[in-house]
Amino acid sequence: MNTAPLLTLENVTVDFDGFKALTDVSLSLAPQDLRVLIGPNGAGKSTLCDTIIGRVRPTSGRILFKNQPITALPEQDIVRRGICRKFQTPGVLPSLSVMENLLVSARKNRAWWLAFSSSPPAAEQERAEEILETIGLTDRRETLAGSLAHGEKQWLEIGMVVATDAELLLLDEPTAGMGPQDTQRTADLILSLVGRHAVLVIDHDMSFVEALNGYTTVLHQGQILREGTVSEIRADAAVEAVYLGRAKEDVA
Amino acid sequence: MKPASLITILTLALGAAAPWLISSYELSLLGRFLAFSLVALGIMLTWGEGGILSLGQGVFFGLGGYALAMNLKLAGLNLANGDMPDFMQWSGVSALPGFWYPFANPWFSLVCVVLVPGIFAAAFSWLVFRRRIGGVYFALITQALALAFATLLVSEQAFTGGFNGLTDFSTFAGHDITSQGAARVIYLITFLLVVASYFFLRWLLGTRFGTMLRATRDGENRVRFLGHNPLPYKVVAFTLAGMLSGMGGALFTLHAGVISPALVGVVPSIEMVVWVAVGGRNVLWGAIAGTLLVNFAKDEISSALPSLWLYALGGLFILAVSFLPGGIAGLFTTPRMPRFFQRRRQEAAE
Ligand SMILES: Nc1ncnc2c1ncn2[C@@H]1O[C@H](COP(=O)(O)OP(=O)(O)OP(=O)(O)O)[C@@H](O)[C@H]1O
Ligand SMILES: [Mg+2]
Repeated sequence: MNTAPLLTLENVTVDFDGFKALTDVSLSLAPQDLRVLIGPNGAGKSTLCDTIIGRVRPTSGRILFKNQPITALPEQDIVRRGICRKFQTPGVLPSLSVMENLLVSARKNRAWWLAFSSSPPAAEQERAEEILETIGLTDRRETLAGSLAHGEKQWLEIGMVVATDAELLLLDEPTAGMGPQDTQRTADLILSLVGRHAVLVIDHDMSFVEALNGYTTVLHQGQILREGTVSEIRADAAVEAVYLGRAKEDVA
Repeated sequence: MKPASLITILTLALGAAAPWLISSYELSLLGRFLAFSLVALGIMLTWGEGGILSLGQGVFFGLGGYALAMNLKLAGLNLANGDMPDFMQWSGVSALPGFWYPFANPWFSLVCVVLVPGIFAAAFSWLVFRRRIGGVYFALITQALALAFATLLVSEQAFTGGFNGLTDFSTFAGHDITSQGAARVIYLITFLLVVASYFFLRWLLGTRFGTMLRATRDGENRVRFLGHNPLPYKVVAFTLAGMLSGMGGALFTLHAGVISPALVGVVPSIEMVVWVAVGGRNVLWGAIAGTLLVNFAKDEISSALPSLWLYALGGLFILAVSFLPGGIAGLFTTPRMPRFFQRRRQEAAE
């Protein structure tokens, strides 16, 4: 490939007081890539996201976004460069309406002194309406986000992340707590985002991972175990041993 | 006309006519309590909408009160002649301290009433919030601040009037402030400022600033990871609350004729939070109603049984927090209304 990578992790290590949550992780994502990250509980998947968005700072190693190091930037500046993340436990703003959640996310100029107007710019409003439609919450527009069902919260947060127009979206377990039907809808939603954004999806659910059918990275005990297509990963004995085998047991 | 706007107009009319409707004693109480309600509006903004609980609003109340009281104390003195306020003479001070001089100018004093608490609140909250200190830790720091402030006022007797504070005022900018006519004017000014602050905050909370402030209360991290810096929203809210408190303190000083450490320390600061908890911390009129209600009750109870008030206050707070999380105002607004009322309202609507 001759396109420059959008995101590069170079030998990233995260050490929590002696416990290495990530060891020497190197990873590269192209623009408009769809990447799936899987791994057993505690593998370090969420920590990897945390490190990219600046919630956790790497002990060593570098993270480059569009060839610029972002490891030392304040969190909100990393987002402004174009990375936004959906949290594992839905992080919607509970006492704001669904629409307000989207409008807060869609703010283009985030300077606080521009906040003293009562209505958002028309372009932002339009974008929020559009996303409301995409995530299928049009009839929940004025509902307080805190009273949405779990799955609806997940969609709203995906919508919020999309509304920021970030080039790279990190989606941490977007289908947690969803039934098969909603999971399929979520997969369709994510696939519709690829092309406009690069997307990194973390998930446990193999049927979901197969539906996404993206290039897959397996993380195990803070290290990259394998990378490959879903079918390659499926067929890999080492992955089977640490992850898929266990997942099957869980299901059984 | 909608019933809400009818109630608004009635309240405004009654408030404006109060000087001719109630006795001068009652008017002086109402004026004081309305001055308090400016503090309450600030607490509603920071605590209710911003999720920032300050147990030290008495500090800003005191800064405003003392800024004005210093002028009232200097009024009528010939400074060029070496005149000094009475308490300074008793403390054996030889010359008026330098920082007192500018307060001889009434307009300088008035500006300081708002500016000193404002600047102090801005600097303090910026320093603390920048280090991401919030919640209980923030409440504790502000409480310590109230304690330190009251202690400082008491210990620097020669400059502050010590435990007795500043009292015995007669004129402001050449006007007599002790007559009954003056009391009415002071009441009306207080009333106007409460009304203006109410409508200002109503506007502010309806802007995107209000939404961002609530968003920050709901999930500071989520807001940050949507690319916003939550710091300025919190600092602006806390600063406005400080300025409102300062204004309240100055007006209270005019009504009561005194400002002293006992009015600005830890206990009064906690009382201020109770007013808002009782009235409803997410509704502007709730903050005002709670302040008036609790303070009139305090006046009744403490004149009958002085020792009982603190227990009553504690009980009230526990009741409000455990049974009425939305305060009195919460009974009237849909989102936080207990189910019982919601059903009644639905039935009524059908
Ligand atoms: N702030 C922290 N301090 C100490 N240890 C942490 C911290 N955050 C995460 N860990 C540890 O790092 C490891 C990786 O956690 P992480 O949340 O990244 O796993 P995960 O792959 O997302 O797991 P899951 O599938 O359960 O979400 C875990 O053992 C966790 O306990
Ligand atoms: Mg995780």
